[in-house]
Parts: sequence; structure tokens; C-alpha cells
Amino acid sequence: MTATERIAQAGVWLAAGFTVVFLMTPLVVTVAVSFGSSGVFTLPPPDWSLRWYEKLGSARGLWSSLATSLQVAAVATAIALVLGTLCAIALVRGRFPGRDAIATFLVSPLMLPGLVIGIAVLQGFKAAGLREAFVSLMIAHVIITLPYVVRTVLGSLTLFDFSLIDAARTLGCSYPMALVRVLVPALGPAFLTSGMFAFLASMDNYPISIFFTDAWTKTLPIQMLQYVEETPDPTIAAISTGLVLLAILVLVIGDRLVGLRKLADF
Amino acid sequence: MSTGATSPAAPSAWRDPVALLAAPAVLYLLVVYALPLLWLLAKSLAGPDGLTLRPYVDFMSDPFNWRVIGNTLGAASWVTLFCLVVGYPAGFALARAGTFMQIVMLVSIILPLSIGVVVKAFAWQIVLRRDGVVSQFLVGVGIWDEPQRLLFTETGLVLGAANIFLPFMILPIYSVVKLIDPRLGEAGATLGATPFYRFTRIFLPLTLPGVVSGVAFVFSMSVSMYVIPSLLIGDRFQTLATLTGRSFLMMRNEQLGSTTAVILLVLAVSIVVGSTWLARRLGGST
Repeated sequence: MTATERIAQAGVWLAAGFTVVFLMTPLVVTVAVSFGSSGVFTLPPPDWSLRWYEKLGSARGLWSSLATSLQVAAVATAIALVLGTLCAIALVRGRFPGRDAIATFLVSPLMLPGLVIGIAVLQGFKAAGLREAFVSLMIAHVIITLPYVVRTVLGSLTLFDFSLIDAARTLGCSYPMALVRVLVPALGPAFLTSGMFAFLASMDNYPISIFFTDAWTKTLPIQMLQYVEETPDPTIAAISTGLVLLAILVLVIGDRLVGLRKLADF
Repeated sequence: MSTGATSPAAPSAWRDPVALLAAPAVLYLLVVYALPLLWLLAKSLAGPDGLTLRPYVDFMSDPFNWRVIGNTLGAASWVTLFCLVVGYPAGFALARAGTFMQIVMLVSIILPLSIGVVVKAFAWQIVLRRDGVVSQFLVGVGIWDEPQRLLFTETGLVLGAANIFLPFMILPIYSVVKLIDPRLGEAGATLGATPFYRFTRIFLPLTLPGVVSGVAFVFSMSVSMYVIPSLLIGDRFQTLATLTGRSFLMMRNEQLGSTTAVILLVLAVSIVVGSTWLARRLGGST
């Protein structure tokens, strides 16, 4: 190995190590702060305590907004999985003009400013007379979840050999049965990956949701920001640590089902 | 684009029944997303008597607004550059690492997504304080003589934003690197190519589609970021997105808000269109 190669290799591993530490920093800080006794986020904490977890019990606003966020994310992800998969099949199998443009259009919400989408959609809903906060949130969040599904399922379908479906039918499967037995398992990893990214993106969305919340219906990020502004203490770190545990559970299940590596095919 | 030439029985372009499967998603986004955006654009161009560019001319004639545009593009460029410099080698490492390192990297990419932007920005507030971890570290290794505050500075903003957007640089690059046959490099070496020559002539061109896609994601997301600058730098540093947010959510100045919103929209759409065009020219499909 030449000197240049050795330097390049060292650079690659340095970047990898830095990436791991850098990306994990906010997570480690959040978890550490949530178990600390300090109310002003001293790190390392002077003493360990569970007081912020006890305080969670009385933080009513956080729990109801968590419930709202989970429901909105679940429904928006489910709708996106159905619409997105159908569309991806059409884009891969279809022979009609403008397929590339349609794919770009469907992924574009990921790259356009959420705030601007929120303003435009809010004005659209006002014009249509839609005022119900929860329904508005769900309809708006499909715009965020759809790009993830289209992008990942499209990528996975381009690699899928459609003659397998014909083979299954030759072997006696009905057409719907062939789809369920052959296509769905082949797309399983893509469903899981895109579903996970879409769900997290919906849970995390602030700039679009801010236009569709009212006094009773708030999503978690909005409630958390409000909470921090009113009572800046590590209670939100405690609820976030709970979400991290939930995510670890999802990752372990995902790893068992399809393997962690497949989850990176975003 | 092929229009049915692949199979003799293929139906003509517009009568392909498979196209109907795309209809629900496309119609949904047309009605809920594209039409409202076009309406926003159209309304901003409508003056009391016909078409007008008046709000934009007014906006551009104020030097403060040029600073806002400069802030937006400047911060986004630094974030993108940071993500590219770290993310490019990290994407390579992720594709070529052994199982253990690969799992460690994947977990560090995916797991932090679960705590969300608000809490992450909040964690960075703690890290970037005068007595925060970064300051303590830099003083400890002797780079800084005394603790300094990075919070509410542009460096702090770039660090925090890059931290949140880095996965969107690494993953597209990873997805092209893992498709490259490692033997290509060996073949180049056998034929006498130097490592530098092999990188610029073999690996760089093959990874460009991933780079274009990653840069487009990170740049457009950083141009549009709203929560991160509000929490990490504050009102002193206005960008197009924070100005839009303030106009609509606090000052109730919809006129100014629509103008900045449309400028932001045009900027983001040109990034989407430009990067798609570039990716297609490079022959990538990411």
C-alpha cells in the first residue's frame, strides 16, 4: 500500500469515527440531561435523579400532544404507503410519457421549504372551508410522508424482476395471490424503511404543523417548543429518552425482520 | 424515454392502464400541494391593477433584505460544504466497513432521528454554551485559551444544522458507493494508475450522482430550515425562512411573508429542477 493510499484510508476512518461521535452527541446529551438532577442542564450532571421522569406524569400537555403526533404519523404513513406503492408500480411498469417528471414531483415536498408548503396549504384549506385541526394535520402530513415511500419503493421496484409474478401464475397462483406471495415480500424491506423514515419525518415536523394546530390539537414538536419557552427544564429530555427507547425497539425488530443494512436504503 | 418500444404488444402512450395506478398519488399532491403553491405564487404577482412585480422590487431595494438573502445562502453553503467534507468519506466507510462498524454507523445515523429537530437543537444549545462540551474540549486540548460561547454564533448554527442534515448526505453517497465493484480500483492499479488518478478517474465520476443528490438535499433543507436558526442563533440573524415565519406567525404581515415565501419557493424549486437535470446528465437514478 502506498503512502497516499494510507493517508486516504486514515481520512476515511477518521471521518467515520467523527460521524459517529458527532451524530450521537445530541442524543447522549439529551439522555444524560434527562437523568441529571440539575434543572439548568449542567453537564456532567452533579447528581443522578429521576425527578424529570416523575414530573412527566403531571405534564398533561405533552402526553396529549404525543398521542396526536402518533396518530397523525400513523395515518399519514399508512396512506402514503398505499398511494406511494401504487404510484411506484405505475412509474416502473408503465409506458407513458413524463414518468421522470412525476417521480421528481412526488419527491419534491422533501426539498421545498416546509413553512411555504404550510402557508400555501393553509390558504387552500381555508378556501375549501376545512377548519378541523386534526383532519387538516393528517391531510397535510401525507405531503411529507409520500416522498419517502415513493423514493424508496421506486428504488426497490427497479431491482424487482416482474417475470417472477408470471412464474408464480404459471405455477398456479391467481394474480392477486401472486402479488401477495411474491411482490409484497420482495417489497417488505422497502415498506419498512420508507415507513420508518416517513413516520419519523411526520412525528418531527414543525414548519407545516404549526399552521394547523389549535389550542386543543398540538403535535409533539410544537408542544415541546412551547414547553421549553414556558418552563425550561429537562422534562422534554425525559420524554425524548422514552422516544429513543421506542426507536431502539423498532430498530431491533427491523433488524430481525429485514436486517439493519436494508434500513439504510433511504 | 421509451414509449412502448420494448414490447410489441405495449399499448400506446396515453392508453396504458398501468398509468391509472399513479393517478391517486398524483391527484392528491396536485390538489393538496401543487395548486395551493401555484395559488400563492399567482396571488403574490397580482396587484390592484393587473400583474405586478412591485412587492419584489420593493423587497430587493432594501439592503437589509440583501443581507437576509446573503445569510440564507451563506449558511446553507457552509452547512452543505461541512456535510460534503465529512459525509463523502463517511459514505465510503459505511459501504466498505466490516459488519460491526457498519452497524455502529447505521445506528448513529438512524437513532438520533427519533429525538427530532426541536430537542436536538435544544441539546446543541447545551453543547455550545460557554461551559459546554465543545468549549471545554477546545480549551482542554489547548486550541482555545479560555472558554468561549458558540451558541448564537454562525459557527454554532452551521454545526447544529450540519448535525441534523448529515444523514441526508451520507445515505445517497453510500447508496452509489455500495454498487461500485471494488475490483475496478484494483484493475486501475494493475494498469499502473496512481491512487490519485484512480480516485479522480474511477471513483469520483461513479459517485457523482450520489453527491449531486446529497448536495441537493442538504442545500435545499438548509435554505429552508426554520426551527434550527430560531433556537441556535436567534432574531439577530434573519434568513428567508425565519423572516417568512416571523411575518406570518408573529408580525401578521402577510404581504412581506408572501414575498419572502415565494422567493424561497423559487430558490428551492430551482435546486430541485437543477439537481434532477444534473443527475440525469450524469446518468444516475438516485
